[in-house]
Order: sequence, then structure tokens, then C-alpha cells
Amino acid sequence: MVTYIIRRLFAAVVLLFVISMITFFIFYVFPRLGGQTTESLASQFVGKTQSAQAIQGVIHRFGFDQPIWVQYGRFVKGIFFGYDYDTGTQMAHCYAPCLGYSFKTNTLVSTSIAQWLPVTISLAIGASILWLIFGVSVGVASALKKGSFIDRAGMITALIGVSLPVYFVGPLLALAFVVNWHIFPDPDYVAFTSNPVSWFTHMLLPWIAVAFGLAALYARLTRVGMLDTMNEDFIRTARAKGLPERTVIFKHALRAALTPIVTIFGMDLGFALGGVVLAEQVFNLPGIGREAVDAVNQSDLPVIMGVTIVASAFIVLANLVVDLLYGVVDPRVRVS
Amino acid sequence: MTTLPGDASTLHDDFGEEESPDPVTPAAKTIEGRSLSQIAWSRLKKDRVAMAAGIIIVLLVLIAIFAPLLASLSGNSDPNAQFMDSIDPNTSMPLGSAGGISSTHLLGLEPVIGRDVLTRVLYGSRISLLIATSASLLSLIIGIAMGVIAGYFGGWIDAAISRIMDVFLAFPLLLFALALAAIVSDHAFGMSGDTLHIAMLIFIIGFFGWPYAGRIVRGQTIALRQREFVDAARVLGAKPRRIILKELMPNLIAPVLVYGTLLIPANILFEAALSFLGVGIRPPTPSWGKMLNDAIQYYRVDPAFLIIPGAAIFITVMAFNLFGDGLRDAFDPKAH
Repeated sequence: MVTYIIRRLFAAVVLLFVISMITFFIFYVFPRLGGQTTESLASQFVGKTQSAQAIQGVIHRFGFDQPIWVQYGRFVKGIFFGYDYDTGTQMAHCYAPCLGYSFKTNTLVSTSIAQWLPVTISLAIGASILWLIFGVSVGVASALKKGSFIDRAGMITALIGVSLPVYFVGPLLALAFVVNWHIFPDPDYVAFTSNPVSWFTHMLLPWIAVAFGLAALYARLTRVGMLDTMNEDFIRTARAKGLPERTVIFKHALRAALTPIVTIFGMDLGFALGGVVLAEQVFNLPGIGREAVDAVNQSDLPVIMGVTIVASAFIVLANLVVDLLYGVVDPRVRVS
Repeated sequence: MTTLPGDASTLHDDFGEEESPDPVTPAAKTIEGRSLSQIAWSRLKKDRVAMAAGIIIVLLVLIAIFAPLLASLSGNSDPNAQFMDSIDPNTSMPLGSAGGISSTHLLGLEPVIGRDVLTRVLYGSRISLLIATSASLLSLIIGIAMGVIAGYFGGWIDAAISRIMDVFLAFPLLLFALALAAIVSDHAFGMSGDTLHIAMLIFIIGFFGWPYAGRIVRGQTIALRQREFVDAARVLGAKPRRIILKELMPNLIAPVLVYGTLLIPANILFEAALSFLGVGIRPPTPSWGKMLNDAIQYYRVDPAFLIIPGAAIFITVMAFNLFGDGLRDAFDPKAH
């Protein structure tokens, strides 16, 4: 188990490194391939209303005139140790993890992201719980009562669910539950620490919007997995030795059917984050997704870059946790 | 690639030698066997849901091709024409019920701007289908190439490609796509305007989608590699290129076809998501995602404007999903 943990940790570190390189490539190299000059790139990083002379200063201060690997080294050093930079009027220090400085809002990117993260994390965790619980339970119920009304209703709902995007189902839910029936309050972010009940009721609708499509997908996957497993020999053996049906289903079949679901769950976290970003936009919640979209509209590149890196790092960490849990649940993966 | 004897084009044909009748496969005409695709087709014909979905897909493609003709038949040929006399000057909402639906504007008008919704939905189908199918093709081409190479050669090549696929799969794709779309200015890679945005969307969606296809093809290739006919070809002295192109590829068509059909709806949703976030197709070019983006501001007073483009996306995605499911069942009835 220890070697397994070390191997996974090492893989996660390598992955983070690769992601930092890809992000750096997207923001500093790709635009040049598209035909941008050093000047136009630098002006995008600081906002567009700069004089030619000021741009030259910016290019020099932020090292745009240096070779790519020097720039990358500076970028990585900033994340681990922070760095000093010249704002033009005074020297300032960007504390580690330094993700740059937004000239549009005059704040450190890391400070802003720390402010937005709780919203995104609340949304992501709540939605994950909902999607796993509903996906797996509907899938199991459908498989156990194959061909019944429950199965058909569940699978038709799932089919509709996988075809309904967050940006359509979100406003539809709001129309029904907020505008028409007044069941839920208008979605909004209330800090968990200030009022947990209010946090819950205001988040419920965005959670459902994000979880609906994924729950539908998982219901279909669980149903297929469960049907396969129920035909396995070990299930017949378990029944033959007189185990109660409940034990056969929950201790034997479900455990075997769930292991592939855990793997897919790790891979789908990145996809789910996309749903969270869309939900933030739909319900106007101040998380990293909505702020990244705002930053895109204002060409505030340091913010977009910071959000991309932080989000990727979270996905890698979440995957690490899933992998480690997987190693506990299924001892076979530790050796492979 | 049929060449007449003495045809000059034979000179440029690197594969000319391989055009001669294949000694391994028996002549197709003499044996009255049914090929896998014939069996699958006869199964598919009996699947009424899949056939209905297939007909809807054909209709959608026809709508996209003949969008200008259909638009002028409805009486509003210009997607950017504004009908301000049908917009209430006080509320900025369309006059009449259900978003201004009338005999002259069959699906009503946009709030504030007053453009014909039907015409814009018709034109929007072009963007949606063009980008989704082109991106799917790009993903499939890269995915097949990488998957076959990884699966056939194995060893460190397989390890390297599989790792790259894992990295891609774990990425928060939507955020990376957002970053890429943001960084490219209005003129890049020698293109501008709609051409640039469409090309960028195809590239982003297609490029990030290949690992899914790659995994499926890799798995199939590993299974096929150990089959007798591949051994036979190898014993007869066939080179890897010939084995891959002539022995493996024909057997990969079925899974690739099924996966490709299921990839298109995913890409339709991805494109609409990017346009919804404001980084896809730029206005005034009509796209379904952008229409939903506009609708978010008004859906509480004008729900029709939300429901119509949303329903267009839903019906299209659902039809492709149903047809893909039917196709999968037809090729592999045991899959369920």
C-alpha cells in the first residue's frame, strides 16, 4: 500500500508539472504562434489602455523579452516562492502561491481566487453527492426490476437527463421552482459559516442542475454494470449457499458493479467542473467559473490563467484522493 | 482508388501493390454469407426508436443544408432583420403571447433586438452540426491513430500514449477551452471573423476529445491483436502498416461508428456551452448556445425565448443519443 501511495503521489506531482507547462504554453506561446507580437501580448496582460512607452516598460518588467524557458522558470518560481515585482510606482511582493497580478482589478490573482473558491467548492461537492446517490440508486433499482415500470421510468428520465445541458435545465428549474411555485429561494451564495441552512436552500437548485445530467449518465452505467454482475457465477454461488437476497445484492453484486464506477468518477470530475462553471454563469454565483468568464470578456489574462491552474490542481488532487480510495476498496489495483 | 492499366496515376500510388486481390480474404461474391454490417442493418431496421431518431437526424441535416431556403419560405429570410414594430417599446418584450408567436413570426421574436427566432434557430443548426461533426471527425482521426498505435505496439509506446490520454481525461476541458478561446484575438493564423471562430471551436473541441476515442480504439486493438487472422497475416510476412490498415481497421469500423455517433451530441453540447459562455461563435452570427445566453437575461418574463433554442438543442442531442444507442445494440446486442 505504501508503494502504491508513493507512486500515485509521484504521478500527481508529474501531472501538475505537465499542466503548468501546458497552461504556460497556452498563454505565452500559443498566441505568438497565432501571429501576436510581444507588444500585443504584453498589452493583453496589463489591459489595453497603455502607451507604447508603458508597454515597453511592462515587457521588460515582466520578462516578455526573455527566452521562453526563463519566463517559465520565473512563473514556476512564483508559484512556490513568490516574487517581487515593480508595479511602476513602487515595489511589491507577490506571495507564494503567486499566480500573477490583475491590472484590471488591481489585486493579486491568488487573493481573488481564494475569495471565489468556497462558492465553486460548495457547488461541486454538493452536486457530486447528489449525482452519485441518485445515479447509483436509480441504476441499481432499474437493474433489479429490469423491464418493470420503475426501470422504464428511470431509464427514460436518464435518457432525457443526458440530453439536457446545465444551461437549459438550470433556468427551466428556476422557472418552475422559483418563479412559478415559490418552493426554493432564488439561488445565491450564502457562506456556509454564516448560515448553513440558508447556504443549503440557496444551493439546492444549482446542485440539482449540475447533478441531473451526470446522475442520468451514472444511472445508465450502474444499470448496465449491475445487470452484468447479477449474471456472474459468484452471484449464483452466493445465492446457492443460502445468503439472503439483500446480502447478495449489497455485499456481493453492488461492490463489484461499483468499482468501475469509482474509476469513471475520478475521470468525470474535470467534466463536472465544466457543469459547475456553467451553473455559476446560469445562476450568477460568484465562483471561479463566472469570474473566469468575466475575465475572458475583459481580457484579464492573469485571472484566466490563475483560475485554469487552480482548477486543474484541484482536479489532480481530487483524482489522487479517488485513486487512493480505490486502492483501499479494490486491492487488485495496487499491484497493476 | 481503382486504376486502369497504364493509367498515369498508378505512378503516384504508393499502395498500388496492395490493390491486387487479397489472398487471405475469400472473394465476397461467391459466398452468400452476411457481413457484420448487414446483420447490424437488419437489426437496426427492427429498432423503431433508433429508426425514428435516424429520420430526425436526416431531417436536421436537411434543415441545416436548406436553412436559407426554409427561412425565406417562412417569410423572414434575413437572420439579422429587426422587427422593432412588433416589440413593446415600454417593456422591450415582443408584443403578443408566448414570445410574440404569430403567423408572420412562427416562433416569435427575440426580446429587445426583435429578430425572428425561427430564422435564427434554422441558421443556428448549421453552426451546431458543422462544428460538432467536424470536431468529432478530428477527434476520431487522432483517437484512431493514437489508439491503434498504442494498442498494436504496446510496451513503452502504449505506456506513453496511455499516460497522455489520462492527462487529457483529467483536465477541466471547459476551462482550458475558455482560456484558449480567450487568448486568440480577432485575427490569428491568417483567419478572421466567423471562419477563425469556427476553426478554433473545431480545433479546441476536436483536439480535447480524442483521448475518449483513443481509449476505446486501444482496447479493441489489444483484443484484436491476439486473434488468429492477425497472427496469420504476420506469419505471411505482412508489415505492421499493412496489418493495421488492412486487418485491424476494418474490424474497428463498428465501435468507431457507434462512438462517433455518440460523440456528436456531446460536441453539440460542448459547442453550445462555449457559445453560452460567450467564447464561441460571436454575434450576430446565429448559434443556439448564444441564443440561450441571451435568453438567460429575460427568461423570467419571456420563457418562450429560452425554451425554443433549448428545445432545438435537446431534440438534436436526444436524436443522436438514441440513434447511437440503437447502433450499438445493433452491432453488439450483448452490450445490454
